[in-house]
Amino acid sequence: MTVLAGDVDELWSAVADPTRRRVLDVILDRGEATATVVAGELPVTRQAVAKHLTILGRAGLVAARRQGREVRYAVRPQRLDAAARSMASVAAEWDARLAAIKRIAEAEARAREDRKRQEARR
Amino acid sequence: MVPDRIEREILIDAPVDVVWAVVTEPEHIRGWFSDSADLDLRPGGEAILVWNEHGTVYGQVENVEPPRFFSFRWVVSHGAELAEGNSTLVEFTLTAEGEATRLKVVESGFAELAGPDDENQRHFDGHRRGWELELGELAAYVAQQTRTSAER
Repeated sequence: MTVLAGDVDELWSAVADPTRRRVLDVILDRGEATATVVAGELPVTRQAVAKHLTILGRAGLVAARRQGREVRYAVRPQRLDAAARSMASVAAEWDARLAAIKRIAEAEARAREDRKRQEARR
Repeated sequence: MVPDRIEREILIDAPVDVVWAVVTEPEHIRGWFSDSADLDLRPGGEAILVWNEHGTVYGQVENVEPPRFFSFRWVVSHGAELAEGNSTLVEFTLTAEGEATRLKVVESGFAELAGPDDENQRHFDGHRRGWELELGELAAYVAQQTRTSAER
């Protein structure tokens, strides 16, 4: 394990929440958005959105930029890629397991065929 | 966007009952999953998966419909008992295609996992999730895994 493991945990927790994923979707659609704009698109309060944005910010998934009296949020694509890749690695693990199942099952099937042929010969 | 379910499948040149045995029998599970497996193959039955290097993962069998469907929950952190919000669901579906079998696996429930304040979350384990890899290495790992499975 490396220092980054905790980092990935945080990333994972941030995107595991369905509302936060919708927040990311809204921001991605617009390129940049304020908490008020995001709240207008989702069935949650501005306060709740602000809380989600704080968590997303801590995980490095969004960056805040102050413009006058507004704070605008944008998605940091590199971090989103990292989150997507942690799901991809779950998929990759299943691919490896399925490949192993295939190898074992096909060997079993061949062994069974061999036994049948031997019995037929007798 | 990050999905909360993973779906993978593979075509196996073996009859459905053989694939069923490999997926559900502990002696075979050792060949593709954990180093040892103790599985009470009925709904609600206990599943204990042991990795020699990493520890024990507890789970529970959900559905058993031989030889077509098998599902179980497994806890995301090592050593923890199954509880609300600490497991994902794995579902295997077997479909005959002529002499061969299509095996589909769906792992879901990632979104329902408890938040970062939960004790379980801190114990998320690298072996299960591949998180032992640094982020930079992850991309290379995935690419390599994808290539390897494409070649098979």
